[in-house]
Amino acid sequence: MKKLLSGNEAFALGAYHAGVMVAAAYPGTPSTEILESIAQFDEVYAEWSTNEKVAMELGMGAAYAGVRALVSMKQVGLNVASDPFMAASITGINGGLVVIVADDPGVFSTQNEQDTRHYAKLAKVPMLEPSDSQEAYDLMEVAFDLSEKFDTPVLVRSSTRISHSKSVVETNRKRRAAAKPAAFKHDVEKYVMLPVHVRLRRPVVEERLVKLTAYADEFPGNKIIKGGKRLGVISSGVAYHYAREAFPEASFLKLGMTYPLPQKMLRQFASQVNRLMVIEELDPFLEDNIRALGIKIAGKEFVPRIGELNTAIVEEAGYRAGLLAEPSRRKVSPPQGLPGRPPVLCGGCPHAGIFFVLNTIGQRSKLLDARGKSEAQSKLIITGDIGCYTLATYPPLRAMDTTGCMGAGIGQALGMEKAGVEGKVVAVIGDSTFLHSGITGVIDAVYNKSGVTIIILDNGTTAMTGHQEHPGTGISAKGKKTKMVELEKLVKGVGVDDVKVVDAFDMKAIRAAVRSSLESPELSVVIVRGTCSVRLKKRTGHRTVDIEKCDDCQTCLRLGCPAIQKLDDKVYIDATLCAGDACTICEQLCPKKAIGPVAASGGSK
Amino acid sequence: MKKQDLLMVGVGGQGIVLASDILSEVAMAAGYDVKKTDTLGMAQRGGSVVSHVRIADKVWSPLIKEGEADILVAFEKLEAARWSYYLGQGSAAIVNNQTTPPLSVSLGASEYPADKKIEDILKRSTDHFYFVEGTRQAIELGDIRTLNMIMLGCVSSLLPIDVKIWKDCISQRLSPNILKMNMVAFDKGREEMSRAGVR
Repeated sequence: MKKLLSGNEAFALGAYHAGVMVAAAYPGTPSTEILESIAQFDEVYAEWSTNEKVAMELGMGAAYAGVRALVSMKQVGLNVASDPFMAASITGINGGLVVIVADDPGVFSTQNEQDTRHYAKLAKVPMLEPSDSQEAYDLMEVAFDLSEKFDTPVLVRSSTRISHSKSVVETNRKRRAAAKPAAFKHDVEKYVMLPVHVRLRRPVVEERLVKLTAYADEFPGNKIIKGGKRLGVISSGVAYHYAREAFPEASFLKLGMTYPLPQKMLRQFASQVNRLMVIEELDPFLEDNIRALGIKIAGKEFVPRIGELNTAIVEEAGYRAGLLAEPSRRKVSPPQGLPGRPPVLCGGCPHAGIFFVLNTIGQRSKLLDARGKSEAQSKLIITGDIGCYTLATYPPLRAMDTTGCMGAGIGQALGMEKAGVEGKVVAVIGDSTFLHSGITGVIDAVYNKSGVTIIILDNGTTAMTGHQEHPGTGISAKGKKTKMVELEKLVKGVGVDDVKVVDAFDMKAIRAAVRSSLESPELSVVIVRGTCSVRLKKRTGHRTVDIEKCDDCQTCLRLGCPAIQKLDDKVYIDATLCAGDACTICEQLCPKKAIGPVAASGGSK
Repeated sequence: MKKQDLLMVGVGGQGIVLASDILSEVAMAAGYDVKKTDTLGMAQRGGSVVSHVRIADKVWSPLIKEGEADILVAFEKLEAARWSYYLGQGSAAIVNNQTTPPLSVSLGASEYPADKKIEDILKRSTDHFYFVEGTRQAIELGDIRTLNMIMLGCVSSLLPIDVKIWKDCISQRLSPNILKMNMVAFDKGREEMSRAGVR
């Protein structure tokens, strides 16, 4: 049956058909929908784990017990999960363990652009790369078989363009029954990595790599597509499709397994063509490893190592390598001088009010300069984290100074405090991120007598990745009610005495709570709680501006709310974007009381 | 049908991803190979959204090459201007007559282009552009969320695919309680295009 599936949906369906029993993940663009899709199958246990490390450990445990397990994450997630991942490599598994990691070339929504293939080499495990949804579906069966045959976790590399593109998939398999019920066989030499056992396992890992290298030449996803003799292109992933378009006359070696490499096949291919070129996204991973075999090859001297590729970029590389005629350049250039439209916090976002306070506290009079421009930078040092709220870095809120990785903001705040910066340092972190890796920072703050202010932005969901549940929501990945981890109890439990909870849409309460924390020398946690506006089921009483009362002071615009717009010197509120009664922050801020619900003030636009 | 590369653009929250999903399902149901890919920013709402839909007998890259798009479907005017350089020879643009000023415009840091400027930018790439009243029609229908079906109705006027296939795919995708209104919206889109001179 033909279906139009995203790469992520195809991974999930492929794994389901391959008989996967346990699936675990932490949400991360572009990998999130893998777990969301697989959670729909009743026969599979699927969970949102607290973080990627726990997800990996869960996968290991399930695989040790002999069933097939799937763990999925974005590329930086594997950094978090790298410890258990390396351990899984040395112990080996029992049931198949497949780890899908989605890279983000072009950095659409990540803090770096790392190339996950290096982890395969580091861990000495196989790396598989599909190039579209059909291959994502087909590769799952192969990946689990490979994992069990060679007693190794298997890495599968996706990318934003594969995970989030939809294409036609022939879904011709049915779910394969589990080979055996879960059962753990005691084997301390395999599973307990005391140094004496590690010394037994090390040669096993090296022998496994030798066998995998030999197997790579038989791997069904590695294939030569015969074309002209003049040029041979070696490629993998979505880059293969760009290369097919750019070099219609070339021969291709398409690699479905990019570590370890098929050495015989590579030498054979090299002997069949006059010139060889590697087309790959990000690092010269294939290129370096092929060159190490003594094969002469072109690559990153022509193909960019930064950003995602596309057909035009590959054509340009082909031209510079002297392999293609000069590409016909497009006649129309991108228009210049148009206003950009960067991502912003949504209308009615529960993060807007707290960041407005953090931006303006201590400098209310400097809201706007003489020209009515608002470029005020917060006076505070605010260490930040990963989530929608990172957007508060931009004007007009401009209230974030650092963002590095999940959970880092709290530790960074402690570091700045201990280094001796002047004034209180504030760390802000979302609820899901806090549970992922913020709590260890709080424990450190308690233990090491810190006096920083930690603000937890609790919108009751993992919003940025598309509203996934987490331990603080009390709902499971399958949508069932479960036990909820309460943030205030948690932070009190680890020893924070000053814990305040405020309504994200009550500006007075937010200001009072932040001020009291900043004035106190003690460690404090402020939980700012409010529902993510995208999840509002019903919107009532959208706000409107009474232009008779409005004196164009622009205070409301300083919220950065996309519903509040100004065109031709008139401020108005877009009814389709306003969250109305659920928010009312602009109404609370307006010094002229010019903003109110649409019915009360007549409703002009 | 020759290959059709469609670029759907607008502002996050306008229902573009669902519209390009349905368009792709229509193309598949009509027997073509199809690939679609969305380029979304980090936010749920309010950022620039671009969706590439490629329809042909065989599609390789999911991304449309600049200067080779056949149809631009813009849910907002500024976004129409921004992405029109993707259009190629013999192409067409459908532009929803909606102005959504980005934050920088509201804050006075930049200016929203006048209609004349938007038209001039479009004219660099194509003579065939159609301004449609999608937003106004959607509001008249009582739900702004029907805008994406209105825009799909517009697109359907430019593609040689049976209307029945469109309606079947929409029926399969939308929940029954909102289906009737969205079917009306789809037809409104077709009417908008015939008003603009496309039969």
